[in-house]
Amino acid sequence: MPLILDIAVTHIVGRGRQTIVAVLGVAVGVGFSIAMAALMQGGQDDFIRQLVDTMPHVDITDEHRTARRQPAEDVFTTVAISGLRPRDDRRGIINPTAATARLESWVPGRFAESLKAQGVIRYSSREVGAAIIGIDPEREPAVSPIVGDFVKGSFAALTAGGNNVVIGETMAGRLGAGLGDTITAVSSEGLTRDFKIVGLFHTGTTARDEGEAYLLLKNAQILSARPNAINEIRIKLDDPNHAPDVARRAEAELGYKAVAWQEANESILEALVVRNVIMYTVVGAIMLVAGFGIYNIISTITHEKARDIAIMKSLGFPESDMRRMFLLEGMAIGAAGSAIGCAFGLSMIYALSLIRFEIAATGQEITRLPIAWSALHYVIASAFALGSAAVAGYLPARRAAHLNPVEIIRGAT
Amino acid sequence: MSALVETEKLTRILPETVPVTLVKDVTLSIGETEFVAITGPSGSGKSSLLYLLGLLDRPTDGKLSIGGRDTGPMTERERAATRLSMIGFVFQFHFLLPEFTARENVEIPMRRLGRLARPKMRERAGELLTSLGLGEHLDKRPDQLSGGQRQRVAVARALANDPPLILADEPTGSLDSRSSEQVFATLENLVRERGKTVVAATHDLDMAARMDRRIHIVDGKIDLLPGQPHLQA
Repeated sequence: MPLILDIAVTHIVGRGRQTIVAVLGVAVGVGFSIAMAALMQGGQDDFIRQLVDTMPHVDITDEHRTARRQPAEDVFTTVAISGLRPRDDRRGIINPTAATARLESWVPGRFAESLKAQGVIRYSSREVGAAIIGIDPEREPAVSPIVGDFVKGSFAALTAGGNNVVIGETMAGRLGAGLGDTITAVSSEGLTRDFKIVGLFHTGTTARDEGEAYLLLKNAQILSARPNAINEIRIKLDDPNHAPDVARRAEAELGYKAVAWQEANESILEALVVRNVIMYTVVGAIMLVAGFGIYNIISTITHEKARDIAIMKSLGFPESDMRRMFLLEGMAIGAAGSAIGCAFGLSMIYALSLIRFEIAATGQEITRLPIAWSALHYVIASAFALGSAAVAGYLPARRAAHLNPVEIIRGAT
Repeated sequence: MSALVETEKLTRILPETVPVTLVKDVTLSIGETEFVAITGPSGSGKSSLLYLLGLLDRPTDGKLSIGGRDTGPMTERERAATRLSMIGFVFQFHFLLPEFTARENVEIPMRRLGRLARPKMRERAGELLTSLGLGEHLDKRPDQLSGGQRQRVAVARALANDPPLILADEPTGSLDSRSSEQVFATLENLVRERGKTVVAATHDLDMAARMDRRIHIVDGKIDLLPGQPHLQA
């Protein structure tokens, strides 16, 4: 063992109890930091997963971000057009068959067309405003988050026998209707049709459960008096991270606004960044406190071992050796604390992962804490701990190295 | 032949609000294989002079050469290296590291110098201690040894890297007369048998009288006493 390390070890071993307290201080800090990071990250991942699951990765709607390039500009070079604005009549996506055929050729994922219109659902004397969404029951399951949330019936039931509708359980409750009842849908065009309820879903998202009614695409087109029209293409990608690229390309090709989920949720993603900043600030604060513990013990050792420092200097040890020795002692405590802290954090996360709880509101969702298992958390927490240990060790080490041996030797006599 | 230690107007003043002069204009030359006593009343500056000679303290003014090398321009690191290989210190108190055994304490300077292989260091430490009559106490820790024994361990440690110069600051100051005698004999032996130069600060005039040469310090200055013809001013 190198000499300096040898002496450093005798110093920290010689202060057993204080060393243990300092090591535990670091360990608790590291452990809690890891557990907190795992929970925060887990919550965030869970949140993003839900976000990605419940909404289309890319949503193409019949809106234009910019005015179309005018044919006159293409034909005549001298034409300049100013003051154009995107047209605001929402006629739907022009030539949907061609558009979907084009997407089919390159989009890495699945997609479904739909027609979404505002309307009112009426049953007995009650009315509920709703988004009336016409879908293709065969293609819809690939992109819809609702497929797994049916309480009764399914999308497939829409096909059987003409005028059927699937609505949310909450909406059904508010209407007082149940499976098999016939409700009346009124579109904004003023057209009215009756539909039989063949399915009920419960997603847990109130806006959906009380505000969406799914029909066959054909029926929605009739109801809104737009034959053959669609106004939304929703895409689910194999890899949600490619959404911005796909959205950009789709928008360039089709000329319609295509929004990636990241864009649609920009503010939420920003809030997550803020959350991470807060988390690492707290981790930093915990480590700072642990650093005080290390500073304290190394400081005490340098005071207590002032005589040893003088002896070693008189024997011919340079100041750098003294600095390294006490720095080493601080780092050793930091390293031991990190190791124990990692084990502590791991077991704490494991314990948390076993906790199950029910969300009281509905009584049907049993959840576990969302936890992320990532080696990075351990690395970051340990790095923080070692960093603060280095600083906490260095400050007293530098002072110790500067001690004047003559003063100490004189003081001893 | 250049002297082992050579000083010219060596001065050390503590820069306090009222400056304290510890050593003033000391010019001397000490050759090889000399047994030198630095005497003087307590507070006269003999220890301060010794610390200057041992490179533990930096002079405010004047020149100091060790082994023919001027120490003025040396960096802290070079001074430490010179201390390690050229100078052995023995203090009034043994100043051994309490967590280590006698043998390990003697090994420490050798390990810092790193010139020998570990087993050789161990062997040499054992030999040094045995030659100082501590053969039975190699693996004892300082608190298990008597004062005289500890002081002899400290002498062995000073000899670890075989330096030509041994500086002793009141080496017998805290010992009873029997132990003092033993330690004195040990130091004398270093000069006679091993060819070292020993410079010892002491206020024990009987002891000083038995050494080859005496330098008397009063108020930080060399005091020329009659009957000491070889003292250089």
